[in-house]
Amino acid sequence: MAAPPALRVVEYGARVYRRTWRGSVISTFLNPALYLLAMGVGLGKLVDQGSGSSELAIPYLTFLAPGLLAATAMQTAAGDASYPVMAGIKWRKTYHAALATPISVGDLVAGHLGWVAIRVTFVSVVYAAIMTAFGATSPLEGLLAVPPAVLTGAAFAAAVTAYTARLKDETGLSTLFRFGIVPLFLFSGTFFPISQLPDWIEPLAYVTPLFHGVSLCRGLALGLPFEAPWAASVAYLVAWVAVGAWLSLRVMQRRLVI
Amino acid sequence: MTQPLVDARHLTKRFAKLTAVDDVSFEVHPGEAFGFLGPNGAGKSSTMRMIAAVSPVTEGYLRVMGLDPAADGPHIRSRLGVVPQEENLDEELSVYENLLIYGRYFGLPKKVIDERIAELLHFAALQERRDSKVEPLSGGMKRRLVIARGLINQPDALILDEPTTGLDPQARHLLWDRLYRLKQQGVTLIITTHYMDEAEQLCDRLVIMDKGRIVAEGSPRQLIEQHSTREVLELRFPLGTQEEMVARAHGLARRIEALPDRVLLYSDDADETAGRLFGRGVVPQSMVSRRSTLEDVFLRLTGRSLIE
Repeated sequence: MAAPPALRVVEYGARVYRRTWRGSVISTFLNPALYLLAMGVGLGKLVDQGSGSSELAIPYLTFLAPGLLAATAMQTAAGDASYPVMAGIKWRKTYHAALATPISVGDLVAGHLGWVAIRVTFVSVVYAAIMTAFGATSPLEGLLAVPPAVLTGAAFAAAVTAYTARLKDETGLSTLFRFGIVPLFLFSGTFFPISQLPDWIEPLAYVTPLFHGVSLCRGLALGLPFEAPWAASVAYLVAWVAVGAWLSLRVMQRRLVI
Repeated sequence: MTQPLVDARHLTKRFAKLTAVDDVSFEVHPGEAFGFLGPNGAGKSSTMRMIAAVSPVTEGYLRVMGLDPAADGPHIRSRLGVVPQEENLDEELSVYENLLIYGRYFGLPKKVIDERIAELLHFAALQERRDSKVEPLSGGMKRRLVIARGLINQPDALILDEPTTGLDPQARHLLWDRLYRLKQQGVTLIITTHYMDEAEQLCDRLVIMDKGRIVAEGSPRQLIEQHSTREVLELRFPLGTQEEMVARAHGLARRIEALPDRVLLYSDDADETAGRLFGRGVVPQSMVSRRSTLEDVFLRLTGRSLIE
């Protein structure tokens, strides 16, 4: 029996990855460890000695680690949903090649997002293991935080795919990272509670999908109360996935079937 | 008569304001090599993309293997092989992996794909490159790989868009040889080209397209017989003298075509025409007599050269 068409696209992603995984080893394995070491252990010591201890009530490393998990999921997803999509549409035109076969645009979008979700899962599991090795969480709680991280990744994968599929050239991609992903990384509650933000910015943080991902990951990994109601966070992220996927399909249909 | 492989009637393709394909009708029959000859922008590729069920028809009737591309796109595509004008191989992957992925897109089991890949690599003369990455391959190799890829599903018809554009003469001939073999095996070939020699070499039947319309249809020989003379005398004159010389040659050939860089005299016996030219004191800088080609047909029908 032949696999459903979208699964064949997932298989394609896996085969490309088998060829190119070496390039992402550093970002997958080393970066989380470095961040935890520098920010969690190094900076964490200062925070814990200072007024941070009264604000957080837990060691900074513990506070930081689950947030970084969500942020890493976001970055992985944004990377995998941007440059490869640009390559498929414009640079290598591999999407055009696929569409000359029985594969449809819907299969292409579903397979692409499916593959990114698998990649994010892999990265998140690795990260959870590192986080545990640093003593930030227990192994079980670390694993509990993986599903919300994957959901966060999926939300960004869908949105970034739709965004990238509209772009004429790659300048829009550096804009995305410079003005989208990096500020989110810094200001969505990953490194400090958003209550530390100026009051007028705080509502903005609630709107970002990363904040909800961080809230879910942190709550589950540390067994603490969620920073936002968990059901609302899940629903919000699912909505991002759904709307992003729908937009991706529409934009790609317009771009590729002409 | 058997059902045509492609049946197009009053087919039209519009992009916003541009009409790329303007009311064309043609049939492609199973087993033939059918060509679309015309300059860049004539609407050949747009026509091909509609046949390949990747580009929606704006207006008109199109059936491919009896199926409607709007309703049965995936089914039609599963029985076609496509060789696009722009290479869209995955350069990060190996030759083998490119073929494997494509076979998987068609839903073929890996075992079947592996058998076919072995045959196709042989056919494309790429056995030794099986495991090398695509990126460093030469243009000719890449093009042969794209053709091999297009054959992975053993298609009823292979659609080739400008198959030899950008290749050196040696690579072109190798490619023509492979396409000729496919034709011998009964694969229907549908080819676009702006090279008249390619059309003459490969096509049993062709249509000449210009500005989105079909201006003539027939076998290369029929087209030449209908629209040109048997032979052509090509003359080049020293700068500034062409106009006067053309005036002197008036009436010596069935048709005289003065192009910016040369003058073409159409007659059934070019040598005889040359003799009469000398008699009138027409002295060209250089002179070549040759048989009429599809280029002459195109010139006659549109007043322009194929390659501008």
